[in-house]
Amino acid sequence: MSNFFEKSDLSRKEAESIISDTLQKCDDGELYLENSKSESILLDDNKIKNSSYNSDLGFGFRAISDEVVAYSHSNEISKNSLKQSSENLKSTLKSVKGTYNHAIPKSNKKYYDNINPIEQKSLNEKIKILNDVNDYLRSKGDEVKQVTANFLGEQKSVEIIRSGGETLSDVRPLVRFNVSVMVEKDGRKETGVYGVGGRQSYDSYLKDENWKSVCDEALRIASVNLESKPAPAGEMKVVLGPGWPAILIHEAVGHGLEGDFNRKKTSAFHNLMGQKVASEGVTIIDDGTIDNRRGSLTIDDEGTPTEKTVLIENGILKNFMQDRLNARLMKTRSTGSGRRENYRHIVLPRMRNTMMLGGKQTQEEMIKAVDKGIFAVSFGGGQVDITSGKFVFNCTEAYEIVNGKIGSPIKGATLIGDGPSILKEVSMVGNDMMMDPGIGTCGKAGQGVPVGVAQPSILINKMTVGGTKL
Amino acid sequence: MVKDQEFLETKASYCLGLAKKLGATDSSVIIKNSISETVNFRNKKLDESNRSDDLGLSITTYIGKKKSSISSSNLLNDNLNILIEKCIETTKNTPEDEFNSLPDRDLFAKEVKDLNLYDETHIENNQKIDYLKKLEAAASNDKKIVNTESSFTQNKSNFVLANSEGFCDGYKTSSFTASSVTVAKDEKSMERDYEYSSKCFLKDLDDADDLGKLAANQTIRKLSPKKIGSEKIAIIFDKRIAKGVLSTFANAISSSAISRGTSFLKDKVNQKIFSDKINVFDKPDMLKGLGSRNFDSEGVKTDTLKLVDQGILKHYLIDTYNGKKLNLKSNGRCGGTSNLYFENGNISFKDLLNSNSRSLYITETIGHGSNIVTGDYSVGATGFLIENGEFKYPINEITIAGNFKDMFQNITLANDLEFKYATNSPTMLIEGMVVAGK
Repeated sequence: MSNFFEKSDLSRKEAESIISDTLQKCDDGELYLENSKSESILLDDNKIKNSSYNSDLGFGFRAISDEVVAYSHSNEISKNSLKQSSENLKSTLKSVKGTYNHAIPKSNKKYYDNINPIEQKSLNEKIKILNDVNDYLRSKGDEVKQVTANFLGEQKSVEIIRSGGETLSDVRPLVRFNVSVMVEKDGRKETGVYGVGGRQSYDSYLKDENWKSVCDEALRIASVNLESKPAPAGEMKVVLGPGWPAILIHEAVGHGLEGDFNRKKTSAFHNLMGQKVASEGVTIIDDGTIDNRRGSLTIDDEGTPTEKTVLIENGILKNFMQDRLNARLMKTRSTGSGRRENYRHIVLPRMRNTMMLGGKQTQEEMIKAVDKGIFAVSFGGGQVDITSGKFVFNCTEAYEIVNGKIGSPIKGATLIGDGPSILKEVSMVGNDMMMDPGIGTCGKAGQGVPVGVAQPSILINKMTVGGTKL
Repeated sequence: MVKDQEFLETKASYCLGLAKKLGATDSSVIIKNSISETVNFRNKKLDESNRSDDLGLSITTYIGKKKSSISSSNLLNDNLNILIEKCIETTKNTPEDEFNSLPDRDLFAKEVKDLNLYDETHIENNQKIDYLKKLEAAASNDKKIVNTESSFTQNKSNFVLANSEGFCDGYKTSSFTASSVTVAKDEKSMERDYEYSSKCFLKDLDDADDLGKLAANQTIRKLSPKKIGSEKIAIIFDKRIAKGVLSTFANAISSSAISRGTSFLKDKVNQKIFSDKINVFDKPDMLKGLGSRNFDSEGVKTDTLKLVDQGILKHYLIDTYNGKKLNLKSNGRCGGTSNLYFENGNISFKDLLNSNSRSLYITETIGHGSNIVTGDYSVGATGFLIENGEFKYPINEITIAGNFKDMFQNITLANDLEFKYATNSPTMLIEGMVVAGK
């Protein structure tokens, strides 16, 4: 735990008094303090290219009156600086007459341990693994032309002080290990990327030389792509593999179900609550409570304990994801989804681990049901236009399906669809539900936060595949 | 007020001194302070105010050919002592890399010109509010507009870059940015679009009324889009999308992608990669330029480069490390390009629209579909169908795809270049791309 006031001329008591004074007659608000330590160790082109360490400290002070948010942040935790922030907030919210909402739910549950993953493995051990990765992959054949591998580790301590002095805190570990490999054959180059991570020590993911399986998967994807043919262009059936392809769910419906866009009525879903938005058998949840997952949080960045929120149940839209501000304005409760990248940013309703639950069919049945289409196994990233509902995601490993059989691999292509209608096109839901490997970062309004996704294999009747072959 | 040069230089020299004392053979430090004040409006009412004061530093220490770095937002000497000590420890334990070094001494920028990058003017929040009121009134004039979100930001920054070779310089910059995002609705659809203006000097910022009207018009015209069939068709990229093609080009000629062998433009210097008439410049010394700079992030002087001359690639973008690896001198592009642009073509925007009987005009793309290893390109797109030079109807839920190697060879540019961003292109026509739709 960080003691944020230890080396400051500002005492906790003085801070509490400035907070209470600033927030009286506001509807909500808090002082958010953050101390994060992070490292990045990168091997690239046969060398340790980068070993860096970052230590970041700062606060963000927020006051809310009705719909208006005033925010001020600084990395100087001092009497002067907090007072200046307080003046900034007061000058924006000139004539406030609200009642501060002291209610905040409590929970004793924790979804990860209070550890500092950076300190749990020495620099030399990390460098050794990176060099082993490089040697291992390059020993696999002359086709391997480039290897990049890196460790990213972080420990973030946060403290939320509310009006009246109520204090909530959390210490969040996060690690990620990535491997990228480029292969070349007959003048053609392709890359494959794979990684693992979550809120535990590096060793939880890499013990027993498990890093080799990460390397194997990256190399497998790159090698498949060496044989890939141009992707088809046009509407067709799409089978998605389990796990990481659930970024489809994240982009197609996840963002559109965040509270802010629905309060503002700018989401394509804002008037669909209680209506059928997906095929029967499709249930989607957003869960912050799975132990040690990348998107899990003990409390969100407003201090609300996270929960398992049912978004779509058996095809029917049930809930949006809410932070405190949007929940209050929409007369509902926070789902513990208020998040921010760091103290420099305001809180927004965000996803945690977004998952489609499993069904009954097998992946084999799905492939058999397709005359002409594609089977998408691995993805890069995605993006959505909330308002029109159109979303994309980029395949990094995909195959054509011809007459119920998997055919040649195809080149990376973008798939585009319509969020509010795509889930009605889901005609089979697999029995092979799987979590992603723990590598996702979601961007919204310039803020990146770690998230997770999960799904079983699914068959989508119709999606547009953005290839070049007509 | 942003921290002054003296404060930043004092901190910088403290860091360099300490690093040397602890055993660094070389070191460099960059310290930056940036203060932003933003006001946001939504539906003609105040929605958010945001003040941010960011102070941060990053130090790189060398022991011979070993290197490591740290960064922090906590500049108290107590904290710096701990961090620099940690950095030196890490440096000692990091393997050597023969190409690690500070830039060659003769390449450092010798003079810092005043490029007109700092405006003393301070705009108070109530003046920002006046601007936004005017903007939002113009943006929400039409009944089809159902939501408006607008923003005004003033940013003032100062920085110092210093290293153990004696280089120590920095300067203030400012920016004033206004933007408007509008949502329009009809029976069949809901669409969003935006307009934006960013300048170093407040007085150069676009008129609030014009900005609001433009945002609204660009949104309304997208209503009731259709999806078209899959076909091979000429694509016209609006300027705000065309600049992205240039950014991909810049990524593909960065010396790191070249030295790692992960670019489709490796070994293409002095070869023809674009169509005949294409010229690309990177010009760091434009007055008030959004990408202007006196030196790169290592302190190396930056001269104007004609990157592409009549379609022929002339230079990579080179930093010290990758330059040494490639046996080339840094050309001051550590941290990327400055003011990068395609020179104007010689036909008008109107003639460009008329150059095919049928074409697709793209105003927005989504997805990260540019692969600089293979040159493959595939993104989601929104735009308009053009027939005989006329905008016929809006289009969405399509993708456009091709390969940059072919796309570059088939570019025709209009003569409507303006310097709205740091990277700029005239309106761009590319023949022979594939649209996937129905």
